[in-house]
Amino acid sequence: MVDVALQEGLVVSVAGTARARVLDRLRVGDAAFRHLTRAAAIGVLLLLSGVIVALVVGSLPALQNFGVGFFTTDRWNPVTEKFGALAAIYGTLVTSLIGMLIAVPVGLLIAFFLTELCPQWLRRPIGIAIELLAGIPSIIYGIWGLFLFAPFLQETLQPLLINTLGNVPGIAPLFAGPPYGIGVLTAGLILAIMVLPFVTSISRDVFEAVPAVLKEAAYGVGCTTWEVVRYVVLPYARVGVIGGVMLGLGRALGETMAVTFVIGNAHKVQASLLAPGTTISATIANEFTEAVGDLYTSSLIALGLILFVITFIVLALARYMLLRIERRIG
Amino acid sequence: MSFVDTRYRARRRNNAVATVLALAATVFGLGWLVLILGALLWQGFSGLSPRVFTQMTPPPGASGGLLNPIFGSVILTGLAVLIGTPIGILAGTYMAEYGRHHRLSTVVRFINDILLSAPSIVVGLFIYQIMVAPMGHFSGLAGGVALAVIVIPVVVRTTEDMLTLVPNSLREAATSIGLPRSMSITRICYRAARAGMVTGVLLAVARISGETAPLLFTALNNQFWSANLNAPMASLPVVIFQFALSPYKDWQSLAWTGALLITLAVLALSITARSLVASGKQP
Repeated sequence: MVDVALQEGLVVSVAGTARARVLDRLRVGDAAFRHLTRAAAIGVLLLLSGVIVALVVGSLPALQNFGVGFFTTDRWNPVTEKFGALAAIYGTLVTSLIGMLIAVPVGLLIAFFLTELCPQWLRRPIGIAIELLAGIPSIIYGIWGLFLFAPFLQETLQPLLINTLGNVPGIAPLFAGPPYGIGVLTAGLILAIMVLPFVTSISRDVFEAVPAVLKEAAYGVGCTTWEVVRYVVLPYARVGVIGGVMLGLGRALGETMAVTFVIGNAHKVQASLLAPGTTISATIANEFTEAVGDLYTSSLIALGLILFVITFIVLALARYMLLRIERRIG
Repeated sequence: MSFVDTRYRARRRNNAVATVLALAATVFGLGWLVLILGALLWQGFSGLSPRVFTQMTPPPGASGGLLNPIFGSVILTGLAVLIGTPIGILAGTYMAEYGRHHRLSTVVRFINDILLSAPSIVVGLFIYQIMVAPMGHFSGLAGGVALAVIVIPVVVRTTEDMLTLVPNSLREAATSIGLPRSMSITRICYRAARAGMVTGVLLAVARISGETAPLLFTALNNQFWSANLNAPMASLPVVIFQFALSPYKDWQSLAWTGALLITLAVLALSITARSLVASGKQP
């Protein structure tokens, strides 16, 4: 009896171990997959921290050598190894500002057109066309800007600005000097074209998220289309629009190739918008491979760190605002 | 009475002005697309010939093609997709499946969104610091890794979005027949979300195929045919950058042709991605 029972026990356990083995393998595989995915998610975090650490380490020599002066002077002399970031920071901010000043109103107006005025059958094609504009690589904007847009500006818009606004007291210095074609203004205009699709598509999305009841109520009391957009849609979508604008600003600040082609690469802070200047990204793109000496390289990496910090703040604010409006909708 | 009348007329006028402005803005916005694509087609096609696909980049003043940068771009893009896609899909899977309400997912989502729009030139600097400087030379491998850093956030984002859309009843059904979690994800959820996930990869490829800034000081450039990942490698965007800024007419014309090729590739990719999404929506 005992024997049989033992044997039976053995038989059972053999079948049991086979089953247990399969189950074990599944369990191990399951846990492995789970940990693998979590490792990848943590990897994304490490990627960002890695970027920050690499930039900080790389820029330490320059920051230690120049101290606060790095941010406040526009000298940029590779021969004497004296570097200051002011001209690049100034150029980055001014070109982005010009870009946003044009792209935001135009983008909002296009979103207004797409959501309220446009016939239904035309909405999709126009929406797709605007998104295609967003998909064109920045180097294409650059080559187009250099060969066609800058010469065009040099012959038309810039002489016009010099002859009209250039004579207005107060703002005359902004439009002083000869029309070079390339320069701060040209870079700003190209950024405007590049940022436009981002502002448009996000504004359109948040405009569309405005509850129809609100708009219908406004139309019901006799508002015109413009009044509905101005007093109902815009206030409701404000946070989302600001988020979209900041997202566009983040793009504009970090945009490299399109600007590099048309900015002129001059390390000087100049009042005139027609003069050549430089931006952080254009400086890095133009000079990094030719930089000799640790201090030169380190100064360029420090520029990259400044750019990263600025865009990080802008993008974080943008995401925070878009998150807020998402919560309100959801 | 007349007050009401003028007020009414002013409102009508404001509305008309706003309408005209909105129309003008739309025409203005679309005008750039027409101008840029028109210029690109005009300039690019005039330099297009079979030579472009069969010959190497020429020295200044000679005629040649774009074979080695086209080849380099394909290799670099392939490498980036090979490295970036698995990491991106796994991370997206964690956020949508395992840690949907976990704090880690919220943080990763936020960081990922920042990476998604971080300046690409900073990515180039990062890879230079961790790969090019220690190795002592520029390499195709570093270029591929730099592009992979740009691929990852795009894939993470779309994978998470698409997996979140998979109905829970599918997961419950898989669990009820005894499938372990990992299998229900890989065999069921991935299949249900496949169209969207492929779209994400296509969008990532479209994004990196025009990226120049991260390649400038990682893969650098190469005048000659090179399939060696441990050596500098040519790519279309970098060649366009170099040739467009040169004073030589032949080089400038090749730059336009290269720009046309990239744009056509990017547009084809985004249209494919778009139609995939459209077909996925109608089961």
